[in-house]
Amino acid sequence: MQEHIQLTQKEINRDLLSGVLKSPKWWLPAVLVLLVVFLIGAAAFGYLLNKGLGVTGLNRPVMWGVYLVSFVFWIGISHAGIMISAILRLTQAEWRRPVTRAAEVLTVFSLIAALLSAPLVHEGRPWRAGFPIPWIMPWDFARGIWPNIRSPFVWDPSAILTYLTASSLFIYVALIPDLAILRDRLSGWKSGFYSVLSLGWRGSPRQWKLQAVAGILLSALVLPVFVSVHSIVSWDFAVNIGAEGWHSTIFAPYFIIGAIHSGVAAVATVMVAMVWLWGWDRYLRPDHFDAIGRLLIVVGTTWFFFFFLEFVFAMYTLEGPELAMRDLQVFQYPWSILFVVFLITAFFFPVPMWLLKNVRRSMFWMFVTTLSVNVGMWLERFIIIIPGLLRRQPLVFDWGTYHPSIIEILMVAATFAWVLLGLLIFARIFPLIPLFDIKEGMVGREEIKIGRRKVAASIRE
Amino acid sequence: MEGRQKWAMTVDVDRCIGCQACVIACQSENNIPISDEPLFNQRRAMEWIRIERYWEGEFPDVKARFIPIFCQHCDDAPCEPVCPVYATYHNSEGLNVQVYNRCIGSRLCVNNCPYQVRYFNFWEPEWPESLQNQLNPDVTVRSRGIMEKCTFCIQRIRRTGREAKRDGRKVEDGDRGLNPACVNACPTDTLVFGDVMDPDSRVSKLKEKEMSEDGRGYHLLGSLGTGPNVIYLKKVDEHASGPTHA
Repeated sequence: MQEHIQLTQKEINRDLLSGVLKSPKWWLPAVLVLLVVFLIGAAAFGYLLNKGLGVTGLNRPVMWGVYLVSFVFWIGISHAGIMISAILRLTQAEWRRPVTRAAEVLTVFSLIAALLSAPLVHEGRPWRAGFPIPWIMPWDFARGIWPNIRSPFVWDPSAILTYLTASSLFIYVALIPDLAILRDRLSGWKSGFYSVLSLGWRGSPRQWKLQAVAGILLSALVLPVFVSVHSIVSWDFAVNIGAEGWHSTIFAPYFIIGAIHSGVAAVATVMVAMVWLWGWDRYLRPDHFDAIGRLLIVVGTTWFFFFFLEFVFAMYTLEGPELAMRDLQVFQYPWSILFVVFLITAFFFPVPMWLLKNVRRSMFWMFVTTLSVNVGMWLERFIIIIPGLLRRQPLVFDWGTYHPSIIEILMVAATFAWVLLGLLIFARIFPLIPLFDIKEGMVGREEIKIGRRKVAASIRE
Repeated sequence: MEGRQKWAMTVDVDRCIGCQACVIACQSENNIPISDEPLFNQRRAMEWIRIERYWEGEFPDVKARFIPIFCQHCDDAPCEPVCPVYATYHNSEGLNVQVYNRCIGSRLCVNNCPYQVRYFNFWEPEWPESLQNQLNPDVTVRSRGIMEKCTFCIQRIRRTGREAKRDGRKVEDGDRGLNPACVNACPTDTLVFGDVMDPDSRVSKLKEKEMSEDGRGYHLLGSLGTGPNVIYLKKVDEHASGPTHA
């Protein structure tokens, strides 16, 4: 079915450890540039902390702005990990092997980016909401008041931290055999570092068995989180009666499928980057892009269906405020422009493109189309959140406007820098493609000759 | 314990002349930061009670319509369940109260308020030197990053209740010490405040009369079912278009 290159274990080790054992020459400049962008964003946050939320473009009634857009966007991207590594693992999709770890790492860093972009920084008094006394976490006994569990802002941290814990464990369990390889290959303090992390891995059959069981168990246990995280994020909006266009019961599944759309697209973008930056084209074959492209057609079309339904349900109410909000979204400048750009970039450009086999098998076109999906999905969240808050309701005196300030833009840019920085630094310390998983795939495909017939050397679990 | 109380207000839109006396009274009673022109242009002005002005008709036959809007103290307040830290909750007297010290400024409540009557401190509030001694000692001065809104002048309700208890009498309906600052300042008797648990109070009688079949009473955005404790009495004007907010 799939074209494969059989590689020896030696070649696999040499290729996949190349990013760890020596630093590629673009690595340091790239990290420095991203670090500068991140630090500028951090400085902007310091300024915000010092002066108050007045330095943003927020006002009455638009109390949430691009911070929330960024939050929802990054949670969406984080759905990549679970989709690729848990669901594809449980469904035994062979093509997942080289991308599982990159997807999980993307998940962890984008979850932290989500935490950085809204819950902690956009509060009026973040020192109370976040650190050192998190009033929204159920462990503050000094205050004597339990947090209000009916509030979506108490659900959010629980959902995100659960997901973050599960994803980190997932990465770690899958890393252990690779860490042991690095331990054996390095000397001095580096070897010490990896030997502590590899938890005494010797590769005994019992250890392999435990590692495999842990991986499968984590995949299965993380499945509820797959549904819960973005549902909860959607309920930040859906439990709200104040803003038009938010209180739709379809929001939970609509947000989840949107998250998978943007998440899987982001993984495809990262896959292309892996080939271009590290030259791992023997591991990420056109076949892999073909498979992820086909997955994206299904996900993208389903997402579009939900988007369409959400619109239909909204129009079906025939409520004045709802119709006024939709009119604003679709027909009024500048929203009309954003709306058209969003439709084209999120659906009408990429999905028909993926129908062509040549596009799915071309790295350049996969890069362009998947990047376009995420431009569109960022705009989608923007178009949901801001026009809802502009309040096209009967009290026209309170209709609002919103322009993000430079501080907000810098801080959103910093979250992008953070995720890229995270991926690059991770790839410098740990192998980004799981060695053992690739080897497992190779071994699984080995054939032996019995008489005149060639048969598979091993039987799948 | 005395008998239970439940505070409510009626707003006779027919009487409102849009003079903004209530806005100023509220500003000085509740230590609300001064909203100057830049703050209005930023759309961050603070007015716990605001007069919304609507124009009706075409020039030269134009009519200005005014409606004072402030916290409706809803029985099913949408702002309350979403607060993660119980900074806003319902007290036993039917008031929707805000505990400033608990507030972390998540602004979920203001997004969830259909009336847009919650105000966020975007900046640290400042008063000119000459007004430093004018601040009301009974009301907390809020810092930046927290939410605030109309309290029905809870400090006045509490003080009157305390004094009445000390003197061994009942709180009188229409007591100027009990009435919120806006009610006292209103020159046209637009606002009426009182206890709806007391059947003889002015507000109870108005409620009973005007919320009946042919009365003028309505709730603002009533279709949302938030159960406001503020009743609006619609304009009696043959030229007025009907209550579009009902």
